[in-house]
Amino acid sequence: MLHLVNKSPFERNTLEACLKRAPKGSSILLYEDAVYAALQGTTLSAAMTQAAKTHDIYVLTPDLTARGLDGASILEGVRPVDYDRFVDLTADKGTVQSWL
Amino acid sequence: MSAESDNSAEPKVKRFMYVNRKAPHGTVYALEVLEMVLISAMFEQDVHIAFLDDGVFQVKKGQNPAVLEMKDFSKTYRALEGYGIEKVFIEKESMEERGLSADDLIIPVEVIGREELGALMESMDVVLSA
Repeated sequence: MLHLVNKSPFERNTLEACLKRAPKGSSILLYEDAVYAALQGTTLSAAMTQAAKTHDIYVLTPDLTARGLDGASILEGVRPVDYDRFVDLTADKGTVQSWL
Repeated sequence: MSAESDNSAEPKVKRFMYVNRKAPHGTVYALEVLEMVLISAMFEQDVHIAFLDDGVFQVKKGQNPAVLEMKDFSKTYRALEGYGIEKVFIEKESMEERGLSADDLIIPVEVIGREELGALMESMDVVLSA
């Protein structure tokens, strides 16, 4: 299963809501303002690093670039993906849930 | 279920879950999802509804949005059974965090834990969330 999150974790609780329920081994893709959750050095970094050990966590590169974060340090274990890979993930991971 | 034929043109009944995470009257999401659920009943799919986070407030007893000149759609949840929609779940942790118990709810629902709910979502073909 692929979980999609698109809101900043500093503004909304959608990522937290997702992490509380996504079973181990499921995939989570961070895009739009949710890419801020993938950064090192934030109050969320420790929790996200931990989450990346039990889940496959992806972050959409164009959304990082758009926000001036393409050179930024992404958390270890979080995998950057482009649009093509995003499409592949939606096709490969079965059911998709958008956390709104 | 017996395999009656290999006719792949037979429409497959899919497992749908409608996930409600928002409180009822501050935004239009709850009402819109409810309408979507009622419409979906016509398509004879395997429909599940889940209430979690602030979504648990959607099925609280005693709502009276008429004082805000808004529609009281909470009564419509009682009609779900009549539409053949009986798989209605509420997350235990979300209820407890908000001081609710099963006695506070307008309809009988199955109370399930967070982990179990995550697994149930995983078993769906389609998940629609609001």
